[in-house]
Amino acid sequence: MFGLTKKDTLLLIVVAILTMAAPFLLNPFPSGSAMAQFNAGYPDLMQRFVIYGLFAIGFNLLFGLTGYLSFGHAAFLGVGSYSAVWMFKLLSMNVIPAIILSVIVAALFSLLIGFISLRRSGIYFSILTLAFAQMSFNLAYSVLTPITNGETGLQITLDDPRILGVSRTESGGIPVTNLFGAEMRSTYEMHVGSWLFQFNTGYYLCAVLMLLGFYLSIRIFRSPFGMMLRAVKSNQNRLRYTGLNTKPYTLAAFVISGMYAGLAGGLLACMDPLAGAERMQWTASGEVVLMTILGGAGTLLGPVLGAGFIKYFENIFSKINDTILHQWFSALPDGLEDAMVFLVHPFIGKGWSLTLGITFMLVVIFLPGGLIEGGQRIGRLFRRRTAKPAPDSAPSSTPAE
Amino acid sequence: MIKSHLTRRGVLKTGSVAGAGLAVPTIFTASSAAAYTNEPTGNTVTLGFNVPQTGPYADEGADELRAYELAVEHLNGEGDGGMLNTFTSKALTGNGILGKKVAFVTGDTQTKSDAARASAKSMIEKDGAIMITGGSSSGVAVAVQGLCQEAGVIFMAGLTHSNDTTGKDKKANGFRHFFNAFMSGAALAPVLVKNYGADRNAYHLTADYTWGWTQQESIQAATEALGWSTVNNVLTPLASTDFSSYIAPVLNSGADVLVLNHYGGNMVNSLTQAVQFGLKDKMVNGKQFEIVVPLYSELMAKGAGASIKGILGSTNWSWTLQDEGTKAFVKSFGTKYGFPPSNAAQTCYAQTLLYADAAERAGTFNPCGLGAALEGFEFDGLGNGPTLYRAADHQCFKDVLVMQGKQDPTSEYDALEIVEVTPRAQVEYSPEHPMFAGGELGSCNPGA
Repeated sequence: MFGLTKKDTLLLIVVAILTMAAPFLLNPFPSGSAMAQFNAGYPDLMQRFVIYGLFAIGFNLLFGLTGYLSFGHAAFLGVGSYSAVWMFKLLSMNVIPAIILSVIVAALFSLLIGFISLRRSGIYFSILTLAFAQMSFNLAYSVLTPITNGETGLQITLDDPRILGVSRTESGGIPVTNLFGAEMRSTYEMHVGSWLFQFNTGYYLCAVLMLLGFYLSIRIFRSPFGMMLRAVKSNQNRLRYTGLNTKPYTLAAFVISGMYAGLAGGLLACMDPLAGAERMQWTASGEVVLMTILGGAGTLLGPVLGAGFIKYFENIFSKINDTILHQWFSALPDGLEDAMVFLVHPFIGKGWSLTLGITFMLVVIFLPGGLIEGGQRIGRLFRRRTAKPAPDSAPSSTPAE
Repeated sequence: MIKSHLTRRGVLKTGSVAGAGLAVPTIFTASSAAAYTNEPTGNTVTLGFNVPQTGPYADEGADELRAYELAVEHLNGEGDGGMLNTFTSKALTGNGILGKKVAFVTGDTQTKSDAARASAKSMIEKDGAIMITGGSSSGVAVAVQGLCQEAGVIFMAGLTHSNDTTGKDKKANGFRHFFNAFMSGAALAPVLVKNYGADRNAYHLTADYTWGWTQQESIQAATEALGWSTVNNVLTPLASTDFSSYIAPVLNSGADVLVLNHYGGNMVNSLTQAVQFGLKDKMVNGKQFEIVVPLYSELMAKGAGASIKGILGSTNWSWTLQDEGTKAFVKSFGTKYGFPPSNAAQTCYAQTLLYADAAERAGTFNPCGLGAALEGFEFDGLGNGPTLYRAADHQCFKDVLVMQGKQDPTSEYDALEIVEVTPRAQVEYSPEHPMFAGGELGSCNPGA
């Protein structure tokens, strides 16, 4: 189906089911229970999962296929967000024009940066992209404040023109982002026993776009164009000696991946109409590299998993505090309770990045192929038990899974 | 290069699946019986404490969190009650808020607008927080205030000093207890003139972002009105740690006062370097060279160590004040944590009490009713003397402290001493003042 092989179709369908059922899957614990702390099924985080998943899918098209490590991808994300918010300020609160403009602007911006940066490869390319991204960040943070509103971030206000919409609603508030009237932030809440499931319009818009992006990425992976990009990764010199000009291919990959980032940035702004300069900072660029490597660079599903993993740590672990720890361990005797809290304390709350760092190190050392490799190893373990023959032929033949 | 196999069947299949996908969002529409966002239904009410736990202002954030936890204890009737006993409004009885026990959730803003909004959203969407408070940077405060306005919950600003928070970016659902850059200028300028004379030439080094600009503008206007002239204003990139290249030209500029519009780690670095360059020992135009830091914090003073001796600045509050409210607060904070609170801690503690009190007086958690109870509210006993929550811009008006680095501090918490308590009347301004113009509160949003 969709011009995909049977295996890829299956993968796409599984991903589609997972994203559509995310509100159930991410809320496994009844609200009010002690474990509810680990629920991730609320609109904002689910939106972030798919949006950053999209960002990482795009990044992986460049890094996973061509091997060019861009350290400045957050710049495109930021540019996408700013374009979208400007569209909300000037045109209307409908998300369609905002998304379209953010992709176009990110494409143009990545064409410019890619054209210059791709003159070099390897570490020089990474440094060039990093320099451009930091330049964009500093411009957005201070120099271009009239356009970007600097440190505070660009917000929509009551006196924006909004030519095709209203400047303010009848009750005197700022209108909300919508898709032909369906408000992005509207959420349907479903109470099942003591469980609460939230179905958010914005999330489903993001999820559908993520699936489209995922589908497109499968098509690119399997296309002759994708094969050419892999050839660039394995030996660019050999390609050149055969008389091929590789630059159009790498530039196309760079721009496509920049457009994914722009789309992700635009979606972030659609879900929450604010564009902050921090979105362009080098830490944000580094984050997408981490996501891709953590999940498994060069694999289809890996970047999405990595994105979800990092966002989960950032949003869930950072919110656990000592009070909650004391609740968890309250069954233990007093001395032991305090000891446990003392032991766990450095890894939660403000220590969330420490926990993430340790996990990242463990994954890179023991699972060089990322989380996907972990999944494959577990899968192989089961397969070996059921069917004996040829356990070693599987991994090398399917590098893109 | 991409091969395509367009078939009628394929197009139909793809189209129908895509159509179904696009139709999904329209199935779900908002449905909610509550009168306002996160109306508490059980026997607890959840407050969201959103402070920087990582990044440059993590120390401030940690102190704010301590104050919030203390405030929750006192609201629930635990501990010694702190400023509840000195607060002039007696609506709070130590029985939670409106009979509901106060619970709280915490989050990390990372001092980034984006992360702060994500954290605040998770508090509202996941934990059902009815009020968000916190922040150690004006950018973050303005961003979160905007979010709370959209989501329909109250935002009680923590440490935010920029004029914009209650100026051009003010919001109906947002309230600020902390003072602002304009008040710093109005309080500081007369003291500067009194100590250093009226014929001074000031050189400004300013952090290159919104807060830095509004502060520089405020100080320049306030000092120039009293006869000072401004030689130059140099913007320093926010990520600078080495200010030597900015400090060297100061000596040759003919200026005899250096104003450092920096905060946090930036201020610690720039001040330390200025002192190392020997600026304070120089004589320019026949006058002693002076350095001014308009916004002080206890934590910065601690970081800068001996460099701050004799340097003037302003704060919102100080634990060395001798009124009953301050004494009660310092006592209960000190008993719990073993050291005195910073002025960031005090503003956060006061904001929590003010919110709880407004809910009691309004008889509801509805942001509109509660906001009306805060607007124009006059109170005392929270450490700052008689205070007014002005209805026109949701800014508190109270005395401002001018502080000076102590010559011989007795402990690391005793680095600053009060030079003057500037009366409230001297720092008041019209809501239409040009530095605050351009925004409007809009109408309160109860969400839902």
